[in-house]
Amino acid sequence: MNVDFALLVPEFLLVGLAFALFTVDLFIPNHKKGILPYLAVIGLLAVAGSAFTLLGSEGSLYANIYVVDKYAIFFKVFLPIVGVVMIIASREFVRKCLESPGEFYSLIMVSVLGMMMMASANELLTAYISLELLSFCLYIMAAYAKREARSNEAGVKYILIGAFSSGVLLYGMSLIYGSLGTTTFEGMAETLRAGEHLEFAFLTGLTLLIAGFGFKVVAVPFHMWAPDVYEGAPVPVTAYLSVASKAASFALLLRLFAVAFEPVIDDWKPIVAVIAALTMTVGNVVAISQKNIKRLLAYSSIGHAGFLLVGIAALSEMASTALVLYLVGYAATTFVAFICVIIYFNLTGSEKIEEYAGLAKRSPVLALALTISLFSLAGLPFFAGFTIKFYIFTAAAKEDLIWLVAIAVVNSLISVYYYLMVIRQMYINPAPEGSKSLTMPKITGAALLTLVGLVFLIGIYPQSITGLIEKTTPALFA
Amino acid sequence: MDGNVLIALLFLPAAGGVLAVLIPEDRSEWMKYSMAAIAAVTLALSIYVFVAYDNNLGGYQFETEKYQWLPGLGVTFHLAMDGIAAPMILLTGIVMVTAVFMAWNTTPRAKDFFALFMALVCGVYGVFLSLDLFFLFFFYELAVVPMYLLIGVWGSTRKEYGALKLVLYLVASSVLVWVGLIAIYVHAGIDTFNLLELEQAGFDATFQRVVFPLLMFGFGVLAGLWPFHTWSPDGHVAAPTSVSMLHAGVLMKLGAFGIIRVGLDLLPEGAQDWQLVLVGLATVNVVYGAVSALAQKDLKFVIGYSSVSHMGYVLMGIATLHPQGLTGAVYQMFSHGIMTALFFALVGVVYDRAHTRDISIFQGLSKRMGVTASFFAVAGLASLGLPGLSGFIAEFLVFVGLFKTYPVVGVLGIIGAAITAVYILRLLAKVFFGPLDSRWNDLPDASNLEKASMLSLVAVLIFGGVYPQPFTRIIDQGIGPILDRVAAVA
Repeated sequence: MNVDFALLVPEFLLVGLAFALFTVDLFIPNHKKGILPYLAVIGLLAVAGSAFTLLGSEGSLYANIYVVDKYAIFFKVFLPIVGVVMIIASREFVRKCLESPGEFYSLIMVSVLGMMMMASANELLTAYISLELLSFCLYIMAAYAKREARSNEAGVKYILIGAFSSGVLLYGMSLIYGSLGTTTFEGMAETLRAGEHLEFAFLTGLTLLIAGFGFKVVAVPFHMWAPDVYEGAPVPVTAYLSVASKAASFALLLRLFAVAFEPVIDDWKPIVAVIAALTMTVGNVVAISQKNIKRLLAYSSIGHAGFLLVGIAALSEMASTALVLYLVGYAATTFVAFICVIIYFNLTGSEKIEEYAGLAKRSPVLALALTISLFSLAGLPFFAGFTIKFYIFTAAAKEDLIWLVAIAVVNSLISVYYYLMVIRQMYINPAPEGSKSLTMPKITGAALLTLVGLVFLIGIYPQSITGLIEKTTPALFA
Repeated sequence: MDGNVLIALLFLPAAGGVLAVLIPEDRSEWMKYSMAAIAAVTLALSIYVFVAYDNNLGGYQFETEKYQWLPGLGVTFHLAMDGIAAPMILLTGIVMVTAVFMAWNTTPRAKDFFALFMALVCGVYGVFLSLDLFFLFFFYELAVVPMYLLIGVWGSTRKEYGALKLVLYLVASSVLVWVGLIAIYVHAGIDTFNLLELEQAGFDATFQRVVFPLLMFGFGVLAGLWPFHTWSPDGHVAAPTSVSMLHAGVLMKLGAFGIIRVGLDLLPEGAQDWQLVLVGLATVNVVYGAVSALAQKDLKFVIGYSSVSHMGYVLMGIATLHPQGLTGAVYQMFSHGIMTALFFALVGVVYDRAHTRDISIFQGLSKRMGVTASFFAVAGLASLGLPGLSGFIAEFLVFVGLFKTYPVVGVLGIIGAAITAVYILRLLAKVFFGPLDSRWNDLPDASNLEKASMLSLVAVLIFGGVYPQPFTRIIDQGIGPILDRVAAVA
C-alpha cells in the first residue's frame, strides 16, 4: 500500500503543536505564559496554510478510508481558523482562571485534529474515532472552570450523554456492518445500489446512526443535555461547542449521507426532514422564554441545527453548497454573538439578558456588534443570515421539501421575536443608575470587527465564499 | 438607457446611513446638513427619473446591467423602473426630504436615528426598483426591520407595544411572501429569480390559485389589508412624526406594490380567482377603517385609521383588474402617500406644542396656528376627495373601475368616502375652529422649516389634483403590460 504522507502534513503539524504547547507550558515561568496563545494562533494558521497547499494534489489514504479531496481541504482550512477565533475569544478566560494554559491550548489543538479527521473520514470507524477524539476534548473543556459547580455539572452531564450516544452510534454502525458487510462509504453505497439491503437490521442500524448523530449535533429529541451543558461550560467553550463541533459534525454527516446513503435516500429523507422540523421548532419556541443569554444562544443554536438538517434532508449539490455556506455564515455570526457575550461577561460578570439594559449607551460598539449578529441569526438582509437561510431554503424547496421550508420560515419568524427582546434591552431600556461606560479590549475587539466584516461580506457579496464552496461539493457527488 | 442613475438612487441613502454612523455624536450641525443634502440629492434624482421616463417607449427604463450576484442560486442584481415604480420613486423622494426636515430639531441620538432612517429608505427604493425577486424580498425585509428600533427608541404612546406588534405582523406576513417566492422559483424550474425571465415561464392555473393568496395576504398585511391591519394604527401612533410619515406615506405602499409587481404580473390567473376575496376585504377596509376613525379620541389614531381606510381604495382598485381601477389604485398610492405624510407632519406639529393629542380638549387652534390649520384643511379635503386635489382623481378612477366590475362595491366605496367626510369635517371643526380654548392661548404656530416642508406637500396635492396627466400617463405605461397579461388568460 502506497501511503502519501504529504497529505497528512496538517494533521501531523497539529499533533506536534499540541505536544509542543503542552511542553513549553511546563518549562516557562508563569509571567511568560502570555505567549502561549500567540504560539497557538501562529501554529493553527500554519496548519491552515499547509492544508491550503494540498489543493491540486488531492488524494486518498489507507485504501480510501481517509480522503483528502477539495471538500476535506476546505474544512481543513476553515476549522483551524475557527480554532484561532476560539483562542482569541478565550484569552481572557485563560488568563483569569487557568494556571497551566498549555493544557487548554493542547486540547484545542487535539479537538481541531479530531474535527479535521471528521471532514476526511470516508469510513464508519474512522468517522467514529475522529468524532470521539473531538468529543473527549470537549468533555474536558466543558468542565474547565473547575471551581464552578455549574461547569462540573456540565462536564459530567456531557460525558454521560456523550458516552451513551457513542454507544448508540456504535451499535448502529455494527448493525450496518452486519447487513452490508463493509464500513467504507463507497462500499456501502455499492451494496445498497445492488439492492437486497432493506432488511430490518440495516434500517435499525440506520435509525440508530441517525439517533447517535442526533445527540452529537443536538437534534430534537436528543437535545436535552445541550442547554445545561451550554449554560454551565465557560462561555468561550460554549461558543466552541455550538460552532466548531457543529461544523465538523455536519461536514461528516454530509459526506456520510451523500456518499454512503445516497442510494437509499427515500428511506431516510423523511426521518431527517421530520427531525429537522422538530429541532428547529423546539429550539426556537423554547428560546422565547430564556432569561440567560447563554441559554438563549444555546436554544437558538438548536434551532439552527434544525436549519442545517434541512440541508442534509434536501441532499443535492446545491443543498450541499448551501449547507457549507450556512456553516461558514453561522460560524461567523455565532462567534460575533458569543464574543460580545464574552466581552460583556469579562467586563461586568453578568450573563442575564435583563442585565444588558442600556448597553447601547454604555458601549455603542459592543451593542451594535451584538445587534448585527442577532439580526443575522434572525435572517435579516444585509447580513450573512439572510443569504444563508435563503440559499438553504431554496435548495430544499427544489428537492420537494416545500412543507419543511414553510416550517423553517415560520421558525425564522419566531426567532426574530426573541432576538428582538435582547435588542430591546440594549437599545430601548435605560442603563441602571450609576453604570459606567465600558471599554472594549483591543485584540478581542479587533477579532470581533473582522468577524462582523465577514458577516457583512456573506450578506452583501456571498459569491466570494460560494465561489469557493461550489468547487468543493462536487467531490461528494462524483 | 443609463441604469447608473438607479444605482445612485439606491446607494445614496445607504451611503447616508453609513455617513450617519461616521459623523461624531457632538457634531449635530454636520449631521443635519449632510442628511438634508443626501435627501435633497435623492429627491433630485427621483424627480429626474420621473421626468425623464419616456412615455412613448413604455416598459422598463433606466435598466442596469444584469449583474450575476449568486449564480448558484440564479440571483441577479438587476434594477429598472417602469411606470408603476416611477410615481412611487417620486413619492419616496418627496416624503424622505420632508421627513428629514420634520425630524430636524427634535431628535436625540441623531446618529442611530438617521442610520436606521436611511436604511429604511434604501430598502424602500430597493423594492421599487428591483427586477430580481430575491432582491425585492431582500429590500422588503430591510425596509421593515429598522421600524422596530425607530419606533421603540424614538416613539411615544405605548411605543414598545406598537413597535413589537408592527414588526411581528410584518415579519409574519413576509413569511408568506418568502414561501410564495420560493414556490414560484421552484415551480418555474428555470433556476432564476429574475422577474423578466420568470414572466416567460408560465405557471399552471392550479399553482397560481394556490400561490397567489400567499402573495396577496403576505404583501397585503403591509398594505393594511383587513383583518390584518391592526398593527398599522398602533404602529403609526407610537412612531415619531418623521417615521409615521415615511411609514404610512411610503412603506405601506410597498405592500400594494408587491401585489401588483409579483402577484398580478406573474400570477394573473390566480389574481382573477382571488379577485372577489380581495375586493371584499378591501371594501371592509374602506368602510371599517372610516367608521373606526370616526370613533377615535386621539388625533393620530384618526389619521392611522384613515390610512387603513384609504389603503382600502388602493386594494379595491387593484382587485378590479381594470384599466381605470388599476390606474386609480397606483395614483391613490401616490396621492395618499403625500396626503398622509402631510397629516402626520401636522399632527406632529400640534403634539410637539400641545403635548397632547386628545381631540376632546382641543378647540379653536386655528386662532393660534393659522398655517397649520389651513394645511390641515387641505389635507382633510384631499382625504375626503374634494375635486381639485389629487385624492379626488385617484378615488374617482378607482370608482370608475369598480362600477364597471363590481357596482355594488362601488356604492359601498362611496359610502366610505362619505363617512370620511364626516370624520374629517368634524375633526376640523372641533380641533381648529370655534372659539379658542384659553389653555391654548400661548400655542405657537409651526416653525418656518416645518411650514416650508408641509407647504411643499400641499403643493404636490394641489398639482396632482389640477394636472394629473403626467402621473396617469406614466402609470398607464406601467399597468399596460400587466393588464395585457391578465387579458391573455381571461
